[in-house]
Amino acid sequence: MQTLAELIASSPVFSGLADDDLALIAGCAQNVGFEEGDLLFREGDDADVFYLVRRGRVALELHTPDRGGLVIDTAEPGDVVGWSWLFPPYRWHFDARAADSVRAIAFDGACLRGKCSDDTRLGYELMQRFVAVMIDRLQHTRFRLLDVYGGVAVG
Amino acid sequence: MAASPSVDAPLHGAMTPVPYRVRTRSQETSDTWTLELDPLGEAVAPSPGQFDMLYALGVGEVPISTSAVHLGDGSLTHTVRAVGHVSRALCALEPGEVVGIRGPYGNEWPLAGAVGGDLVVVAGGIGLAPLRPAIRHALVHRAEYGAVPILLGARTPSDLLFRSEVEEWRARLDVEVDVIVDAAAPGWHGRVGLVTELIPQAVFDPDKTTALVCGPEVMMVFVVRALAERGVPSQQIWISMERNMRCGVGHCGHCQLGPKLICRDGPVFRADEMMPLMEVREL
Repeated sequence: MQTLAELIASSPVFSGLADDDLALIAGCAQNVGFEEGDLLFREGDDADVFYLVRRGRVALELHTPDRGGLVIDTAEPGDVVGWSWLFPPYRWHFDARAADSVRAIAFDGACLRGKCSDDTRLGYELMQRFVAVMIDRLQHTRFRLLDVYGGVAVG
Repeated sequence: MAASPSVDAPLHGAMTPVPYRVRTRSQETSDTWTLELDPLGEAVAPSPGQFDMLYALGVGEVPISTSAVHLGDGSLTHTVRAVGHVSRALCALEPGEVVGIRGPYGNEWPLAGAVGGDLVVVAGGIGLAPLRPAIRHALVHRAEYGAVPILLGARTPSDLLFRSEVEEWRARLDVEVDVIVDAAAPGWHGRVGLVTELIPQAVFDPDKTTALVCGPEVMMVFVVRALAERGVPSQQIWISMERNMRCGVGHCGHCQLGPKLICRDGPVFRADEMMPLMEVREL
């Protein structure tokens, strides 16, 4: 059976970290499970946690008065869900809901922020990794803004 | 003195449409219909990847890829997205009405060359229509191919073409079908994101893979890059192009892209031939 630190190390965002760093991060982590339809977090709530998906799929939802709910992204095993714990005002911008049965590792964002403040080398390392993930998601979002399947009027 | 042609002799040539009658018209999505057509005389027989010029009488012609191949009976299946005045007229045709057909034109998907290896199919939006005959061929001749991942992208779940057939493909144990959409209503159990996001997890051997890609050009560019990142050589990636084809036979030049005429030299091209042209901003 894998330890929490080993599970964390096997994820793309944390792979290659030193054992000490992994142990420190694992100290802020715990295994969690969600049933289909459960909310992992809700727009506007305090963002004091983030998740590493181990199994299942998480849907990120945006709610608008005129269009109702809309799933704007999904997270798969190996993906990180939630960045708002990193930056003030530490509030969620979207809902995150289990699209099916989900197993994940939950990280205490406040705990990890404190450890990153105490150890700026680790903080910088983690920041680089999370920024890389955020840039990847930003590029995907920009691509989708093209609405490529909408097409142009020809013929 | 040379004999004059009979006034009754058909004047069919490359630019002369032959009449087909609409047998059925079925709605696929909010803006896309599939027409099944029967010949009223001479028949045409496109292969997977080829296209016909469909003439909405009195309105105009557009190139439409075959979305199903029928052997022997001369019938045709075309899936048309209503985006312009001609395609809207075609999509409005009722059973019994007549449409003009020229074709088949262009080359085919390289299905024979893919035998013995994995066959990756990546389709986005209306791009699934030209790929459906290739997918059907691969499923009929399933033992001839290794892994067959079918990766589909659409704007929303309701914009996915051939939904019942896609469900049949998903029910098979010998193919991997994955669908991703740009956005969905809550309750959608599939993925949301880019079709390129399906490529890293798809099961295939890059060295032994032939990839068939069809969709909007910008999507194909990103898909070719994602396949290359997985290690698929660009010589083994094939894309189907559509660029303002008018005559279908390489005469008018409307579909010229650099040294290529899409209708005559394609529409199916190897990515290593086409990508350098697609990256030239002026073309």
